[in-house]
Amino acid sequence: MQTPGPITPAYSPQAAERLASMADVTASDAALRRFLHGLPGVDAVGLEGRAATLGTRSIKTTAKAYAIDLAISMIDLTTLEGADTPGKVRALCAKGVNPDPTDRTTPKVAAICVYPDMVKTAKEALDGSGIHVASVATAFPAGRAALPVKLADTADAVAAGADEIDMVIDRGAFLSGRYMQVFEEIKAVKAACARPDGSAAHLKVIFENGELATYDNIRRVSWLSMLAGADFIKTSTGKVAVNATPPNTLLMLEAVRDFRDATGVQVGVKPAGGIRTTKDAIKYLVMVNETLGEQWLTPDWFRFGASSLLNDLLMQRQKLSTGRYSGPDYVTVD
Amino acid sequence: MSESRLGVLKTYKLFVGGKFPRSESGRVYEVTDAKGNWLANAPLASRKDARDAVVAARKAFGGWSGATAYNRGQILYRIAEMLEGRREQFVREVAEGEGLSKSKAAAVVDAAVDRWVWYAGWTDKIGQIAGAANPVAGPYFNLSTTEPTGVVAVLAPQDSSFLGLVSVLAPVIATGNTAVVVTSQKSPLPALSLGEVLATSDLPGGVVNVLSGKAAEIGPHLAAHSDVNAIDLTGADAELATALETAAAENLKRVLRPRDEDWSAEPGTDRLLAFLETKTVWHPIGV
Repeated sequence: MQTPGPITPAYSPQAAERLASMADVTASDAALRRFLHGLPGVDAVGLEGRAATLGTRSIKTTAKAYAIDLAISMIDLTTLEGADTPGKVRALCAKGVNPDPTDRTTPKVAAICVYPDMVKTAKEALDGSGIHVASVATAFPAGRAALPVKLADTADAVAAGADEIDMVIDRGAFLSGRYMQVFEEIKAVKAACARPDGSAAHLKVIFENGELATYDNIRRVSWLSMLAGADFIKTSTGKVAVNATPPNTLLMLEAVRDFRDATGVQVGVKPAGGIRTTKDAIKYLVMVNETLGEQWLTPDWFRFGASSLLNDLLMQRQKLSTGRYSGPDYVTVD
Repeated sequence: MSESRLGVLKTYKLFVGGKFPRSESGRVYEVTDAKGNWLANAPLASRKDARDAVVAARKAFGGWSGATAYNRGQILYRIAEMLEGRREQFVREVAEGEGLSKSKAAAVVDAAVDRWVWYAGWTDKIGQIAGAANPVAGPYFNLSTTEPTGVVAVLAPQDSSFLGLVSVLAPVIATGNTAVVVTSQKSPLPALSLGEVLATSDLPGGVVNVLSGKAAEIGPHLAAHSDVNAIDLTGADAELATALETAAAENLKRVLRPRDEDWSAEPGTDRLLAFLETKTVWHPIGV
């Protein structure tokens, strides 16, 4: 494997050139299939064992305080309900800007994640705060719509001001082996993320690991998405029974590491769904540090898709700063 | 089969959230009878066990406080039935722990069961003596009703390990509160066995959580805990009680101070009323 040169972010123009060097594996359906099926199989026992071992690290006192603040700053504070109202989105934005009104040293979250029709509301509410607006798109969460509909959905969210787009892949196409279709779709959505001024919204690609059935599939779809130009890869929608788990997130972190080593392109990771406690969040941070290194320990390259996690982090933060256990009465109910 | 059986010793465990965990700290301490002979090892609960217990109690509060008073009464009566079935065991544990004769211990256990039944009867009646239809100068009904305070931390009496425990615990949960109980340090066994009774009495998990250990170690964390709404300091000595009351002031907990108690006396409604709030509503008269 040739040396990839200095690491470049997935959204930089250089990344496109680097990916062009891998063009041979994405030249045809057959080549792509050969490449994805040529990836080494996943040692499931080893993977789960490694994830469990990394979960046993004891992170206390100052390290814990650092981890809590880091985790808060990495949250994509999410509301994806049919019952979302502009008022609820505004309230969530206010919480994102100032998570703990009793302690102004609390960092703000990384982004607010909403449905496309709420992007405008969120954008206005977050004006000047530096917090990004992330929008799910492409017929989230099922992804069962025609490509033009998905692209219109994406373009609409970008036009409304979304800084980040969370797309879902077509799991049906992937599971029936139509890899090229999935690849082309991601490329088309990435193109739809472009703004008229030449910049582009960052693209997160959601796999829905719970529907992919095997670890091998997760490794394949990780590579497929990164080859197609994903800026972030994301575990799940949060709408199915199995969401982010430590093993499948570790697997994706390893894919990102291997992709960096092969191409020199840096891609972010976002576990989403089912991460509710500070303890869980810290386990993920340990995994990131041990697998990818400190370079990924920033909101630019690692995010948590979560809603209730923030309250637990705030309660733990209050415990550390006051010495008293806090309770749900001291944080907002979303 | 003439050879003697191997002894089957009981592992006493905490009762938290309807389950029987060991202490998170892994610690135990030796429980002895009044003469100093070893009886059993009891878990020595830690700060984190207390934290977990409060989380469990908070989780159970909505369901328990929302249950009808009649239903709570039925469940409390059921607990008394289960206690009656385990009478022998409690008599033995009380006799050993408190150094009482068998007949005196039996009288104590009977009194405890009777007290439980007595409090079971109060669940749907306390509202009638503590609530009221208030006269007001306007076309309104003005109604005061009782509401449970929330999660109550209870430091159970140190001397009376069973009758005293029942006397402080039953009134707390009868009115719809949930409880985190720190047992008598010297003789925790009846309290830990009570957990086994509660687990088989239709009482939802988390309504009562039993921690054995040192009141002086666990108490400060419960007293300072922002998610605990009230604390009963009966089992604390004077010095500890003062410190805990100070810590409890931070989030304005209701505090029940320790006082001289005669557990065999008629209890009255004091303890039922100690952990109740009054909600008053104004309702227009529709004429």
